[in-house]
Formats: sequence, C-alpha cells, structure tokens
Amino acid sequence: MPLNTTAAPPFLAVLVRGLLAGLIAGLLAGAFAYVAGEPHVEAAIAIEEAAAHAEPAAGAHDHGDALVSRTGQRGGLFLATGLFGAAMGGLLATAYVLLSRRRRDDDGRSGLLLAGAALLGAVIVPFVKYPANPPAVGDPATIDQRTVTYLLMVVLGLVAVWAGSLGYRSVGAQAPTWQRAAAAVGGFLLVTAVSYVVMPSFQEVPADFPATLLWNFRLASLGTQVVLWTGIGLLFAALMHHERRRRAATALPST
Amino acid sequence: MSSSASSQPVVHPVGSARLLWTALATVAVLALLTYLVAFDQGAVSRSGTYLHELMHDGRHLLGVPCH
Repeated sequence: MPLNTTAAPPFLAVLVRGLLAGLIAGLLAGAFAYVAGEPHVEAAIAIEEAAAHAEPAAGAHDHGDALVSRTGQRGGLFLATGLFGAAMGGLLATAYVLLSRRRRDDDGRSGLLLAGAALLGAVIVPFVKYPANPPAVGDPATIDQRTVTYLLMVVLGLVAVWAGSLGYRSVGAQAPTWQRAAAAVGGFLLVTAVSYVVMPSFQEVPADFPATLLWNFRLASLGTQVVLWTGIGLLFAALMHHERRRRAATALPST
Repeated sequence: MSSSASSQPVVHPVGSARLLWTALATVAVLALLTYLVAFDQGAVSRSGTYLHELMHDGRHLLGVPCH
C-alpha cells in the first residue's frame, strides 16, 4: 500500500496511545488528588459524621461501617482517576482521528489543542456553574437532578468551545489575528453565558460548613482535572510524535 | 505490513463508514467505563454499591456530583 502509510496512523494505533496517555495522566492526577485533596475530604467527612451523629435521621450517606473502609476509598481514588483518565484519553484519541483525518501533516498541535478544548469545555465551564462538592455538601434528594444538569453542562461547555472555533474560522484567514480571536471569544462567551442563565442553580452548602475547607477542596478538585487534561494532552502529543517518526522511518527505505 | 498488502490487493483508503462505526463503538465502550467510574450507583454494574463506594473519593475530587 503506497501513499497512506505515512499519512495517517490507523485508528487503533491512535486509540491505544490515547488510552495509555489517559491512564498515566489519570494516575498522576490521582497522586495530585491524594496529596492536595484527601486531607480536605477527610475533614469534610468528619463534619458529615458529626452532623449524622447529631441528627441520625434523614438517610445520611454513611462512611463509618461502610462497605469500603476509608483506606479502601483512598486507594480507590487511584482506580477511579486511572480508569476515568483512560476513558478520557480514549475519547480524545477518537475525537482526534475523526476531526483531524483530513489533515495529513499534523505537527502535533491538534492533540494539544483538543486536550485544551476539553479542559475548557468539559471541565472549567461546568466547574464554574456546578463546582465540585466535598462530602457533607449536597442534598442526596437532588442527586439525580444534579447529575443530569452537570452532564448537560459538560455538553454545553463543549458546544461553547465549538462555537468559539466556529467564530474563529468564520472570520477569514486574511483578517488580523485579533479579529479572529475576538470572534472566537465572542462565540464561546455567548453560548457559555446563555447556558449559565438557562441552567438551574443549586444552593446546597450548609450554612455552617467552613468556607475555607470548601474553597480548598474545590481548588484541589479543579487542580486534579487540570493535571489530568494537561497530562493527557502532553503525553498523547508525545506518543503520537514518536509514532509518526517511527512510521516515517519504516516507510522511507521502501520509497 | 507489505505482506498483508500483497495478499490483499484491495486496500480501502481508510473507509469512512467503517471508521465511523469503529469510532462509535469505541465511544460507547468508553462512555460505559466513564459511567461506571463517575455515575454508577450499583444498578448497572450489579456490584451493589461496592464500586460506587470504592471510587467515592475519586468522584468527589474529579468534581462529579456524588451525593
């Protein structure tokens, strides 16, 4: 097979690299979360349990004599971030293949751009509207509603990024860069602002929950996702670079 | 790769339809994996709430609504 061998690596080769990048980035994010986030989770659980002992009614989510010990849950953190990272890396690789298959001379920027787009659209935009909550924050009665609105917000965030890229391309390539960037920002902000207004809000932080603990937990949670997506982007770009060089090297002698 | 090319002379130029179906199947599997980690309450995995509890901290710190 002549032409296509050096052009685009097959889907499976890209997918495997995405999964691997995601798994490693997920474990790195887990390590970050373990160091930066676990102390806040512990503190929040202590508050949750103190509240549960004060009023043992209202179907509280029990951590004491639970199915999985706290040690197990701290270890499960790495399982969760590792699997989640692998899934995200795989999705990124799939998006990469579908979106960039027309571009044969990818210089490695596409993967990084996609990871950046995912961080902005699937993490930061939803986070501002529905920030992460530690244990003891959030009403179990609204969990289904909050899950659905959160997922919808992830979709809307990705639509906002897509609107931004649409705005960028709608302004001709001969226009100055600032005009294209302004169109991108405009498209992104328009969708984001409308979503924020239209989507319902949930105010479920107990009045006596420590503000600094909430802030520290949310910062650690956002940091975990930033580590995850930065890691996926860099590792995926590096692995793809390696793959392209390998393919180019094996293709050369035959031509 | 040269041996497979000679035994199969018909090489599709990255068949668009086939690629799309493979990609769709991949997305479905990865979506299920994401669901099991981030949103399962035991109903789909049939593990009771074991997986849910095991990955409790991960869910909180990844910022997914948990409880």
